[in-house]
Amino acid sequence: MPQGLLGIEGLEREEIQAILDRARDFQPRGEHGVRKYDLLRGRMVVNLFFEASTRTRTSFEIAAKRLGADTVSISAQASSVSKGESLVDTLNTLAAMHPDAIIMRHAASGAPHFLQRYLDTPIINAGDGTHEHPTQALLDARTILDRGAQLEGLRVAIIGDIAHSRVARSNVHLLSKYGADIVLCGPASLLPRELADIASGVTLTTDMNEAIRGADVIMMLRVQLERQHEAAFPASEYFQFYGLRLEHLRLAKPEVIVMHPGPINRGREIASEVADSQRSVILTQVENGIAVRMAVLERVLSPKNNHGNAAH
Amino acid sequence: MATLLIKNGRVVDPASGRDGVADVWIEDGKIRDVAENIAISDVSEVFDATGLVVAPGFVDMHVHLREPGFEHAETIETGSRAAAAGGFTSICPMPNTSPVNDSATVTSYIVEKARQHAIVNVFPIGAITKGSQGEQLAEIGSMREAGAVAISDDGRPVMNARVMRRAMEFARSFGMPVIDHCEDLHLSAGGDMHEGAESVRLGLRGIPGCSEEVMVARDILLAEVTGARYHVAHISSRHSVEMVAFAKARGLPVTAEATPHHLALADADMPPYDSNYKMKPPLRSACDVNAVMDGVIGGAIDAIATDHAPHPGSEKMQEFENCPFGIIGLETALGVALERLFHPGKIDLSRLVELFALGPARILGIGRGTLAVGTPADVTIFSLDREWTYDVNKSFSKSRNSPFHGKTFRGGSVATIANGKIVWQG
Repeated sequence: MPQGLLGIEGLEREEIQAILDRARDFQPRGEHGVRKYDLLRGRMVVNLFFEASTRTRTSFEIAAKRLGADTVSISAQASSVSKGESLVDTLNTLAAMHPDAIIMRHAASGAPHFLQRYLDTPIINAGDGTHEHPTQALLDARTILDRGAQLEGLRVAIIGDIAHSRVARSNVHLLSKYGADIVLCGPASLLPRELADIASGVTLTTDMNEAIRGADVIMMLRVQLERQHEAAFPASEYFQFYGLRLEHLRLAKPEVIVMHPGPINRGREIASEVADSQRSVILTQVENGIAVRMAVLERVLSPKNNHGNAAH
Repeated sequence: MATLLIKNGRVVDPASGRDGVADVWIEDGKIRDVAENIAISDVSEVFDATGLVVAPGFVDMHVHLREPGFEHAETIETGSRAAAAGGFTSICPMPNTSPVNDSATVTSYIVEKARQHAIVNVFPIGAITKGSQGEQLAEIGSMREAGAVAISDDGRPVMNARVMRRAMEFARSFGMPVIDHCEDLHLSAGGDMHEGAESVRLGLRGIPGCSEEVMVARDILLAEVTGARYHVAHISSRHSVEMVAFAKARGLPVTAEATPHHLALADADMPPYDSNYKMKPPLRSACDVNAVMDGVIGGAIDAIATDHAPHPGSEKMQEFENCPFGIIGLETALGVALERLFHPGKIDLSRLVELFALGPARILGIGRGTLAVGTPADVTIFSLDREWTYDVNKSFSKSRNSPFHGKTFRGGSVATIANGKIVWQG
């Protein structure tokens, strides 16, 4: 099977660490600012987004371009998907054009896993349904580490619509592999009890104060109305019980950082004052998104990862 | 006169309690005699069953033959061939065809098609409500006269308890069992697999065990009120099994069937997003699997039925959430049951045959499932130790959606005899 990146769950900690380490090299710093590379010159990457996304798609596109790769972006609305072509046919057609990798976002959990069984082109999962969003977890880890912290023993509170969050799942898997202390918090209807069993080091609470007490990191999740198949909570009460406000931060460690995968809903899951506060690292996350995706693209596409050229 | 003599097999006939080496003498499509060393001259055919088990023909009371309406997935003919290859001599197609089998016209069409093309007996199951819409009762009496042996709105369960009550009362007038696919459609809505740790891990929407259990509970209460014969299709969860055992203990005419896949596979056994593991009810937790096993062993469950549900490859080659529910199962049922139940010593051979033949035949009242003299000569001959590997690409079914492709089994059908005629031989 080609070595793409389908999820965090199947990765070894060493593989994750290698990506995080390499991403550091790609972070803009000092007087050099943003650098361009030609590590992937002549390589072709297809961005295939079956679900609307501006930030992730743009981030991947910029990452590919900074490495010198050529990119083509296709959104489902503009492709033959809307003409009734099946997912397999669409992917086979694209694969026949011989891209070096396909970056794919899809609203159905497991869609890239299903396709990878039939496709020789490596697939990078840019978010599948409510399953995984591996590059988000990687960029989150990079952002935490930039603050000098170790992931081991860190107390991380993830708050919001956990049930429908691929960001939460990928982060849980990643943080668990590093031995972090993970607290998942949300209304019970969005917090299946089985979450405690998907990785080690996970505890659940429906009490926001309890989740935040002593936290080193607070990750807020977007309330995803588009994934709500029914009213799992009264929307009008959400912010009152699960919205992050300044007073919550007093319960956390003094150096706590607040993260959010974006786009943020001010006043729904996070108060404006928190989003704009010194504790917020939301824009650093965006910046790190590019560096981490560069590291992922390099790993998937670099010549030494090719079957034929692999060193023995 | 056409005669067939099955020699030296181990004859297992739970109806009579027989379990020993004997010969089975078939004449004119009926059982003429079962005894040791039958010596007759003028036999048209002799089948040497030495080392094999000779049992009453298996009855699969829950299949989907897709005809009329979905002949690209299966036909009465191809489904009957798959049945014969799996050792089944009688199959009962569910009414969710197009049109739905909710009238004597459709029932007669199926009966006539089967007479022309099927190589095993076909006993149709009629719909409970018109179009299986859950509102108005179907023509239950006329379907009965046309050959339907039970009623069910399989796949589209009757959600209105009052309608279900009336259906049970009406069916009782004809002595027909009411079979329910127990699923509260509100609780299961949008679900793609069993709700549990696996669905949470995979980010797939869940079908909770309670969506089945609340309907089993409702139906048992209605069965008590109405006095109807009530049968739980493809029972899959622990509390359902417990409630059926409870109903039986109260003396209610409540029965249940289990599928081979719910005996063999749990949710965690699914390779990631493999739609050949997607069916309703879904593969449940290991705890539920054990409860279904216990129900089969302890007697709460009366029959093994496959819920053979063919879907063409193109429909199963999609995003998991878009794939239809159901797997084929006629050819692998016996192999799976031997592996899960007989080889580990959980049940004896007589009980195994009861689950496949006598049990379902009794529920349906079709006068089969035994080797009694004078009954139609439906016989299943199978091996307990012959190793074979299932290749779904060689299936007699038109569809390929099986989770058991490539699996090696110990024991399986060797010859299938329907109405005195050898219809399949492996």
